[in-house]
Amino acid sequence: MEKRRRVISLIVFGTVILGLIVGICLAPPGDQSESIQEVMQDAVLHESAKISLFGLLDVNPGLIAAYCVTALLLVLALLIRIFAIPRFTLIPGKLQILLETAVGYFDGLAQQNTPHSVGFVNVYLFGAGVYIFASTLFELLGVQAVTTAGHPVSLPAPLSDINGAIAMGVTSYLVILGGGLVKNKVRGVANTLKEFSLPISMSFRLFGALLSGALVTELVYYYTATSVVIPVIVAVMFTALHALIQAYVLTMLVSVFYGEVTEPHVKKPKQPKQSGRKRRAKA
Amino acid sequence: MNMPLNIDWQQILLHMLNLALLIAILYFLLYKPVKAFMEKRQATYRAADDRAAQVQAEAEQRKAEYEARLAAAQEEIRAQKTAAEQETAAEAEQRLAKAAAEAEGLVTRARVQAQQEYDSMIGKANEEIAGMVADAADRLIFADASQAYESFLGEVESGGKDE
Repeated sequence: MEKRRRVISLIVFGTVILGLIVGICLAPPGDQSESIQEVMQDAVLHESAKISLFGLLDVNPGLIAAYCVTALLLVLALLIRIFAIPRFTLIPGKLQILLETAVGYFDGLAQQNTPHSVGFVNVYLFGAGVYIFASTLFELLGVQAVTTAGHPVSLPAPLSDINGAIAMGVTSYLVILGGGLVKNKVRGVANTLKEFSLPISMSFRLFGALLSGALVTELVYYYTATSVVIPVIVAVMFTALHALIQAYVLTMLVSVFYGEVTEPHVKKPKQPKQSGRKRRAKA
Repeated sequence: MNMPLNIDWQQILLHMLNLALLIAILYFLLYKPVKAFMEKRQATYRAADDRAAQVQAEAEQRKAEYEARLAAAQEEIRAQKTAAEQETAAEAEQRLAKAAAEAEGLVTRARVQAQQEYDSMIGKANEEIAGMVADAADRLIFADASQAYESFLGEVESGGKDE
C-alpha cells in the first residue's frame, strides 16, 4: 500500500515537472524590453525603477521592501506576543526554543563582547539581526510592485539598495558612537571617531554582499535556460546563507566595536623617572 | 545634487526611521517579554537550585550531626564495653577467688571427713576384727566344751540305760 502510494506520488511529481519543462520550451519568449546590461544596472542603481510612496515621493523598491519587511515582522511579533508568549512553559516548545535561541544568542553576543555596557546594544543587535535576516529572505518571496512607469518589479532585499545598506551602516555607527559617549564621554567619542571608516565599510559590506546575490539572481532569471533548477541553488547560496552570514557579521562587528569604545579607561601607573646614569647602569 | 550610486539622503533617513521604529517595537513586543520569561525561568531554576543546595547543606549538616552522634555513641559503647569487660573480669576474678576458697574449704572438709571416716572405719574394723577374734576364740573354746558336754551327755544317757 505504502509502495503504491509512493509510486503514484512520483508519477504525479514527474508529470508536473515534465509539463513545466515542456511549457517553458514551448511558451513564446517574454517581451524583454530591457537588455541584461540595463537590468543589472537598474538592480544596482535603481535609477529607472522607482515606486511611488503613497503618492508623496518616488523611492527605490528597496525602501518599499524595507517597509514590507517591517510590517511583516511587526505583525508576526504582535501575533507571537498575543498568542505564543503567554503560553510559554518551563519546558519549551519549538517556537519558544526558536525565540529564546534568537534572544539568547544576541544577548550572549552583547554580554560576551561588551561586558562593560550591555544596556542597549543587545536590543539593537537583536533588532538589527532580525531585520537583516528577514529582509534578506524577503527577496525569496518575490513580492511584486508596480513602478511609476507602470512596469511590474519584484521587490528586492532592502539591503541590496545602497540607501538601505548605508542606513544600516550609519545607524550601527551611531549606536557605537552613542555607547562611547554615554560610557566614556569624550574619550569614547574620540575612540569611535578614530574608526571613521566603519560606517562606510559596514554599509558597503552589506551592500556588496546582498547586491552580488541580487545580480546573480537577476542574471539567472534573465535567461530561460538558466531559470530552471539553478535558482534553487542560487537562492540557497545567495539568500539563505547571506541572511545568516550578514546578520552574524554585522551584529558581531557592532558588538565588538561597541565593546571597544565602552571599555572603561584604566590609567597606567606612572613609571618613576630614572636618571641617565641609572638607565645606563641598568642597560 | 545628484549623488553617485543613486545615494539619496532622504531615503537613507527613511530607512533609518524604519529601522529605529522596527527595533523599538520589536523590543517591546518580542525581546523584552521573551527576555523577561527567560529571566523568570532562570530565577525559578536558581531558586530551586538554591533550595536544593540548602536542603543538601541541611542534609549534610544532619549527616555530620548524626555521624558525630554515632561516633559519640560508639565511643560511649566502647567505654561501656571496656568498663563492662573490666567489671566482668573483676567479678570473674572475685568469683574465681571465692570458688577457689570454697573449693579449698570443701577439700579441707572432705579431707577431715575422709579422715574421720577412715578413723571410724579403722576403729570399726578393729572392733569387728576384735569381735571376730573373740568369736573365733569363743568358737574354739565352746567347740571343745560342747563336744565334752555332748560326750558327757552321751555317757550319762548310756549310763542310765545300763542301770
